[in-house]
Amino acid sequence: MSYVPIADQPDEMHDPQTFITKYIWSQDHKVIAIQYAGTAIAVGVVALVLSGLMRLQLGFPDTFTFIEPAEYYQYVTMHGMIMVVYLLTALFLGGFGNYLIPLQIGARDMVFPFLNMLSYWFYLLSVLILMASFFVPGGPTGAGWTLYPPQAITEGTPGAGAGIMLMLASLAVFVVAFTMGGLNYVTTVLQARTRGMTLMRMPLSVWGIFVATILGLFAFPALFVSAVMMSFDKLLGTSFFMPAMISLGEVVDYRGGSPILFQHLFWFFGHPEVYIVALPAFGLVSDVLSTHARRNIFGYRMMVWAIVAIGGLSFIVWAHHMYVSGMNPYFGFFFAFTTLIIAIPTAIKVYNWVLTLWQGNIRLTVPMLFAMGFIFTFIHGGLTGLFLGNVTIDLPLSDTYFVVAHFHMVMGVSPVMVVFAAIYHWFPKISGKMFDERLGKIHFWGTFLGTYAIYLPMHYLGFLGVPRRYFALGTTDFIPQSAFELNAAISVAAIFVGVLQIVFFINIFKSLWSGKKADPNPWDATSLEWLTPDTPPRHGNWGHELPTVYRWAYEYGSPGVKEDFVPQNLPPNEVQMENPGEKYKESEH
Amino acid sequence: MSSLDIAESKNSQEFVEDWSADKQTYHVPWGKAMMWLFLVSDTFIFTCFLVGYLNVRRTTTDPWPYPSEVFALELFGHNLPLILIAIMTFVLITSSGTMAMAVRYAHFRDKKKVFWFMAITAFFGATFVGMQVFEWSKLISEGVRPWGNPFGAPQFGSIFFMVTGFHGLHVSIGVIYLLIVASKVRRGHYDKKDNYEIVEITGLYWHFVDLVWVFIFAFFYLW
Ligand code: HEM
Ligand SMILES: [Cu+2]
Repeated sequence: MSYVPIADQPDEMHDPQTFITKYIWSQDHKVIAIQYAGTAIAVGVVALVLSGLMRLQLGFPDTFTFIEPAEYYQYVTMHGMIMVVYLLTALFLGGFGNYLIPLQIGARDMVFPFLNMLSYWFYLLSVLILMASFFVPGGPTGAGWTLYPPQAITEGTPGAGAGIMLMLASLAVFVVAFTMGGLNYVTTVLQARTRGMTLMRMPLSVWGIFVATILGLFAFPALFVSAVMMSFDKLLGTSFFMPAMISLGEVVDYRGGSPILFQHLFWFFGHPEVYIVALPAFGLVSDVLSTHARRNIFGYRMMVWAIVAIGGLSFIVWAHHMYVSGMNPYFGFFFAFTTLIIAIPTAIKVYNWVLTLWQGNIRLTVPMLFAMGFIFTFIHGGLTGLFLGNVTIDLPLSDTYFVVAHFHMVMGVSPVMVVFAAIYHWFPKISGKMFDERLGKIHFWGTFLGTYAIYLPMHYLGFLGVPRRYFALGTTDFIPQSAFELNAAISVAAIFVGVLQIVFFINIFKSLWSGKKADPNPWDATSLEWLTPDTPPRHGNWGHELPTVYRWAYEYGSPGVKEDFVPQNLPPNEVQMENPGEKYKESEH
Repeated sequence: MSSLDIAESKNSQEFVEDWSADKQTYHVPWGKAMMWLFLVSDTFIFTCFLVGYLNVRRTTTDPWPYPSEVFALELFGHNLPLILIAIMTFVLITSSGTMAMAVRYAHFRDKKKVFWFMAITAFFGATFVGMQVFEWSKLISEGVRPWGNPFGAPQFGSIFFMVTGFHGLHVSIGVIYLLIVASKVRRGHYDKKDNYEIVEITGLYWHFVDLVWVFIFAFFYLW
């Protein structure tokens, strides 16, 4: 049995013929990517609307009487879960992962396109199950996105009947969908790179998505198992997570289970999940920054190892979410220690981004603005994370708005900044059209300044001790009147930012409809996806011959070269020099 | 046939081709890597189940039943502890051996032997599942339920049904997988490209399912 690497195999591409196989039941990674992204953004809008409703209630209590307390909890829960899992995870891995991996490593498709297609349809199913929970008796679950038992499944919690079951079922289906896609992404990166594309020449986008997918394959099992066990507790009356207790004046039928076990399983998934969202964002933003700053990425190898190190460390920090749950103090010490260690590779990445900009020939395009906005919000959220990682500081701040502010900055706003940067950056390739620069800039400044208006004051509310997940604050001594005024101001900003996103959609649809035809490589970028024979790339990506790669993806502003970039697939002897007599010298990558 | 019909049949033909395109377009070598990766991910699932088991065994307030008493069988007038599990384990380990033989003959392209060894492996797997069904029904008739049992901690039954059920599901899927591949081997499907990698991939999965059983056996029945 002779082994032939995929890149050397003769072409037997079979182009889809019918409309259905081309655009609906498609096995083409680019179509699947767009399906994933479209679905994810659609549920994301649902989550955004829910956050607007919550802000209405918080900012103007007693005004919007159609929001009942139980509904508020359902909004919180669905908002959190959709944003983290169904929007960001699906968009970064299913969307950008699918689109960029084969194009950036020079493959024709994922290695197992059929499984890849199934992955999308299972994801869609999980979304439909989740959305169905809005329409069942009792409504969706209101247990908080962490779904902690016992309250998640006991009477009295909103949606403790059908709502929580649908949530658990939807999560289990999502894990199956993710696994089918994830096996493809990792195997494709490992097995299907084109000639010359060594691992250490891959764009950082691929690295980020690759490592994040590995994290997902190891972390999602814990979520799957906890969903299975909790649904057994609910349906079969087992007591995995349920202690003996009195609920609503009645002794429950459960005994001897461990609620803390659920928390460990959940956060063993939950913390890596933060990095499943963050690492692709790190990767994508590195590429955007480097391209638009016309500078090679600073410390490429360090960046790669930082991604790998963060990925590894993210599996041994989970209990920093459980400082107030009751733990052996030595555990607290251990997890605080590991949490602070993760700050080192993370800080390295931030320094490297800033150093990439240093003395760059920065082009302030829309994607670049969003990428730079990310650096701000990420530093901001990262620094408050250092506070919360320490047990003694976390104890008083836990479950206050300080935490809400922290995680929104670090894993809400920052990845969303990168989502927008990446969409604007790759839009010309995906659609073949240019977007409207002016609308893009309005979108950026409104979103960037608006999110600061929302989240900066929340830190202060947290110091005051304003608790999170509260429907209304009522009258308490420790919350001054000014906190209510601040809340109203935050809500105005939040509604503004929410509504402003319409500009983004207008821009996308307007450009698709009547945008200027895009140049195949409008940003003068070096990586392979910009060098396809067609824009947008056709099925099979590369025409007859796969590209050959001669260097890394960051050859910008090389001395003596005529253009300020050298594409990855340009043979060294074809590189044009400023001084025709000179010969191009390859850098070490 | 009207022209419309012809257009339709052409369309459906293309539809089928489009769907199976990946099998023509791509070779298998990546398949092994993908299976390994899946198995590592699956290991995390079983590990979480076992960690959950160890944890509730500690938190439950009722005494844990003695597995050697619960899983005893009355045979020929003797009370034999764990006898059924011992036989089940033996059957499953043996099936790993026959699977290894199938992989070996796949290297020699001995279609017939590959087929038979895979079929025997599937047979052993089905036997295992059959004995598990027997064990389940025996325990159920003795009053063991997911939510409680007459022997002690209710979590005993919960874990038992959950973990053995999940493993049994893996074995059953494996049996189907084996039979599909075996029949394709017999039909000469893999001779077209002289590529028998799929036999090895099936073998990986099967050995993994056996290995998981060893852990379940050790953690659940022997302790
Ligand atoms: C304009 C944008 C957003 C606004 C106005 C917003 C607002 C809110 C509000 C008001 C809460 C409830 C706080 C409470 O009562 O405790 C919340 C919770 C949450 N949000 Fe957002 N959010 C936004 C975007 C995002 C994004 C992009 C993410 C993605 C990670 C996210 C993740 C979460 C999570 C995980 C929770 C916690 C849910 C829970 O406590 O169970 N949010 N958000
Ligand atoms: Cu964490």
